[in-house]
Amino acid sequence: MSTVVIGVIGADVHAVGNKIIEYVLKENGFDVVNVGVLSTQEDFINAAIETDAKAILVSSLYGHGEIDCRYFKEKCVEAGLEHVKLYVGGNIVVGKQDFEEVKKRFHEMGFDRVYAPGQKIEDAIKDLKEDFENL
Amino acid sequence: MKAYLLVDFGSTYTKLTCVDLDDEYIIGTAKAPTTVLTNVLDGYEKALSYLISDHPEITEIEGISACSSAAGGLKMAAIGLIEELTVEAAKRACLGAGALVTKVYSHHMTNDEAKELVDSDIDIVLLAGGTDGGNKECIIHNAKKIAQVKLKVPIIVAGNKDARDEIKSIFDEANIEYVIVKNVMPKLKKLDVAEAKHAIRSIFIDKIIEAKGIKKAQERIKDIIMPTPEAVLKAAELLSNGYEDEEGYGELIVIDIGGATTDVHSVGKGNPKRTEVIMKGLEEPFAKRTVEGDLGMRYSANALLSLVSDYEFKHYFDENDTCNHNIETSLKRRTKKVEFIPRTKDEDEFDKAIAKICADVSMSRHVGQIEVVHTPLGDMFYQTGKDLSGVKYVIGTGGVLINHKDAKQILKHVTKKSARTLELRPENPSILIDRSYIMAAMGLLSQSYPKTALKLLKQYLL
Repeated sequence: MSTVVIGVIGADVHAVGNKIIEYVLKENGFDVVNVGVLSTQEDFINAAIETDAKAILVSSLYGHGEIDCRYFKEKCVEAGLEHVKLYVGGNIVVGKQDFEEVKKRFHEMGFDRVYAPGQKIEDAIKDLKEDFENL
Repeated sequence: MKAYLLVDFGSTYTKLTCVDLDDEYIIGTAKAPTTVLTNVLDGYEKALSYLISDHPEITEIEGISACSSAAGGLKMAAIGLIEELTVEAAKRACLGAGALVTKVYSHHMTNDEAKELVDSDIDIVLLAGGTDGGNKECIIHNAKKIAQVKLKVPIIVAGNKDARDEIKSIFDEANIEYVIVKNVMPKLKKLDVAEAKHAIRSIFIDKIIEAKGIKKAQERIKDIIMPTPEAVLKAAELLSNGYEDEEGYGELIVIDIGGATTDVHSVGKGNPKRTEVIMKGLEEPFAKRTVEGDLGMRYSANALLSLVSDYEFKHYFDENDTCNHNIETSLKRRTKKVEFIPRTKDEDEFDKAIAKICADVSMSRHVGQIEVVHTPLGDMFYQTGKDLSGVKYVIGTGGVLINHKDAKQILKHVTKKSARTLELRPENPSILIDRSYIMAAMGLLSQSYPKTALKLLKQYLL
């Protein structure tokens, strides 16, 4: 089974979306490890190592995502997780910004998939299936 | 009268406690130096003769149970993957089974680490790593390293279930003695140490007591059923939970200040007391034991030098204590001469200060911590470890406390400190002292006569 780690990063307590993501992913056959709200980068990474996860899905809804996600990819590489896919979604930047710009910045930070505000989790599931096929 | 004998083969003394099961009281206690190097029965017989001469009314003994911490106790190595996760889970399994964890390895073991393990004096290895279905590459790597160095001690494999078959063939081929049990962390942050603890106890009974020279005692005593610290934890659990219609004391802590270590046992969930608190880290065991190897009255007294500054040390002396202590000399003297017994008031005051530090620091390390996070929705809190602020009873045991007239005053140092408000220490507990030194004995007795053991604990802890 394909294991994915999900959670809400930083000082963000938005728990509802997190539970919905867990539910939908499980319904779609994924083995979900939920580190929950208020999680640090280390929480995601440690969970991914012990559970041998294939992807980490980072949520952020309170606008500070860009700061919380800095050097996430570098830490993954440091922890031997360079093969693990990194996804991020929610309201990941401060204010309303051009999403193509935002996407570019997060790609440069090492995230494989970046989702716009309001985008459905089903899109991520499609991408996960595609990414896992290519592993 | 129906006399039942409880024996504790300690590192220094063999201690006997004799209980009358009919009238539910302690007939008497006796002790004699432990004799593991020659014949362990010599010390036992001697203690027994003291007991019988003090209490000639004991004519027949119904049954005997024994525990042991002789010859250095049970020493274990804990191996896992991530320090905060499977390594911690493995350590908790060992500590909960009454072992001392002297070697800890995380991630992939190196050749040097494997060699260090082989050269060490450990009795059992607990090998963990990965959740079920999770990482198996690391635990297999570590199994191979162990096989490579041909480790002679028994290994308990308690890691990712998916790795079992491969580990079996690695160990079978290398002729390694092993047993496979449930994963200590089957899911992320979920702790499941019951099977691992059970395996530790079986190996302790089957093999370790022989290696420690206690096997001979089995000629007289059929059952040597557990390591002494586990017996203390069992007594604490019984006293907390109660038995049948005999009510327990609820959440409690037992603190055992010894010559080499300070053990803290807490029984209770330790869940957050407020809604805006979020739990972090690995799940906490209901009955949790921690051992501090750098906090002790004698063997480890020297370690206090690097732990507490002179300035801080002075705060532990009584306000009305007028003598001029030389901290370094006094500590070194105790480490050098472990049988040291205070004779003057100064020496006694100094011992008291050491005991206070042991109580204070061991509690600080045992209890959980709270951390504030400022979020856009207001302040939230992380809690790591147990919230023991509501604990009703703190029970003191171990040489220095059971004999000291100021034991309760010493134990006051476990409570909440104004300078460390983020530690979840007991706030206003009642303090009880194990004056008759019966905790371990009652833990043993609880295996066959839980109700009597509970009644005696309630009666004899003052």
